[in-house]
Amino acid sequence: MAYLSVKEVSKSFGGLTAVGGVSFEVEKGQVVSIIGPNGAGKTTIFNLLTGVYEIDSGTVTFDGKPIHNKPVQDIVGAGIARTFQNIRLFPKMRVLENVLVGMDRKMGYGLLSSVFRTPKFKKAEQEFTQRAIEILGSIGLGDEIHNYAENLPYGAKRKLEIARAMATGAKILLLDEPAAGMNPQESVELMDFISSLKNQGYTLILIEHDMSVVMKISDKIYVIDHGVKIAEGKPAEIANNEAVIRAYLGGSAKDVKSQ
Amino acid sequence: MFIQQLVNGLALGMVYALIAVGFSLVFGILRLVNFSHAAIFAFGAHVALFFIGLEVGPIPAILISMVLTGGVGILIDKVALAPLRKKKSIPIAGLITTIGVSYILQNILTIVFGSGRVHFPAIIPPGGFDFLGTRITSMQILMFGVSLTLMLLLTYLVNHTKMGLAMRAMQQNPKAARLMGINVNSVIMFTFFLAGATASIAGGLISGFYQMAYPAMGVSFGPKVFSATVLGGIGSMPGAFVGGILIGVIEVMAAMFLGSAYRDGAAFVVLILVLILRPQGLFGRKLALKV
Repeated sequence: MAYLSVKEVSKSFGGLTAVGGVSFEVEKGQVVSIIGPNGAGKTTIFNLLTGVYEIDSGTVTFDGKPIHNKPVQDIVGAGIARTFQNIRLFPKMRVLENVLVGMDRKMGYGLLSSVFRTPKFKKAEQEFTQRAIEILGSIGLGDEIHNYAENLPYGAKRKLEIARAMATGAKILLLDEPAAGMNPQESVELMDFISSLKNQGYTLILIEHDMSVVMKISDKIYVIDHGVKIAEGKPAEIANNEAVIRAYLGGSAKDVKSQ
Repeated sequence: MFIQQLVNGLALGMVYALIAVGFSLVFGILRLVNFSHAAIFAFGAHVALFFIGLEVGPIPAILISMVLTGGVGILIDKVALAPLRKKKSIPIAGLITTIGVSYILQNILTIVFGSGRVHFPAIIPPGGFDFLGTRITSMQILMFGVSLTLMLLLTYLVNHTKMGLAMRAMQQNPKAARLMGINVNSVIMFTFFLAGATASIAGGLISGFYQMAYPAMGVSFGPKVFSATVLGGIGSMPGAFVGGILIGVIEVMAAMFLGSAYRDGAAFVVLILVLILRPQGLFGRKLALKV
């Protein structure tokens, strides 16, 4: 069985079917992209995977265990963390603190020990802080750790969201439009970073509109339109897929080529 | 005379600030205007009174009340407010519920203690000292000292502990906080406990100062505390601190220089003026609420 297996997952809001029986699989260590026109249901799929919404039917299995409709924090605990399409940092916290929030779960709830700063607590705190600094260094925010999140430039904010998701100890990272609003230079850096995450053993699922990013780094692409999967395959297969071109451009491949 | 009134106002205002901080914390975490907070304050005073009746001594009684009233805060949330959050009800439903809860609490107090004013014994022996013609009583020092210490403790807790980090995360972006694995329920429980516990101590201090308690004391102090919070900037700890002191000082000054009839009104005139000039309050920041 695949590392993450999504089977026939559906979700409707009132009468509107946002996601209708979507299935896909992600193998360990892969970079998988979900693409599709605006409003296709891509972010809804992320919300279903992370427990923000309950699914109406279907199953999500991660590492052999069903995780659908579990509480949000249990899914994070299982090893799935995400970033957001519209950045959701903690703006009035320092960069380092933003990452430490991601570690909250692992630090355990020792309120008394944190008030009285027992030696054990100090040691644990030091280790977590060290780890947070490492993560920030690896993503290129090493010089910003004491800055406030709200003061970061846009690209750095997106990076910080990824760092925070890594800090949860996630094995799968769901990145919702990581390249959105980035300039070409930043996009290239982002691709390099995503490749390095892959090399570190992370599994990644991306929602992305920037096709130059998607085509270069994806092992597999799923195309969603109107809540249903219309295509899947390797980047080269998707690039020439009639249904995909129709969904994006509203015409056939022939029309596109003849223009 | 001015200095004397300033001292009186500071002691009173510091206790208002302590109540305001709890109110503000709950608002920060849940975006909930918790009108039952003032009733919890009255409840705390009466629980202390009950244990004083059992002759455990005033200070142990207030400490017991602190724990029990903190628990009542959690209970109110679990029974009346958490179900609303789970069903994603409209914000006003929560607000009206807290008004309902405050009447229920007041009613319970009336049933147990009667509706009238009851004598609350002095917490510490009377005493004090004169300083440049100003009389500072030991009760005033106690009020000021205890409230200030607790507020400093709360500030430390919010800014330098792991739980505080989780609280700030929820305040700044509840959705992201949940999705980064923060145990939202423990943070909410902890916040309601803190709010209840601090309100209860304030209840003990105010009752000890006036040497009386009555079930409707939440109704008399509530509006002042709520306006102190809004004046300082709701959701802001320094705001609650400054707001509480300002309201306390203005109240005492108005009573002294304008006459006691102006006592309760003057603070609200200042509140309205400040809000016209600075709608987010003195230390508040504009809320950008995303849905």
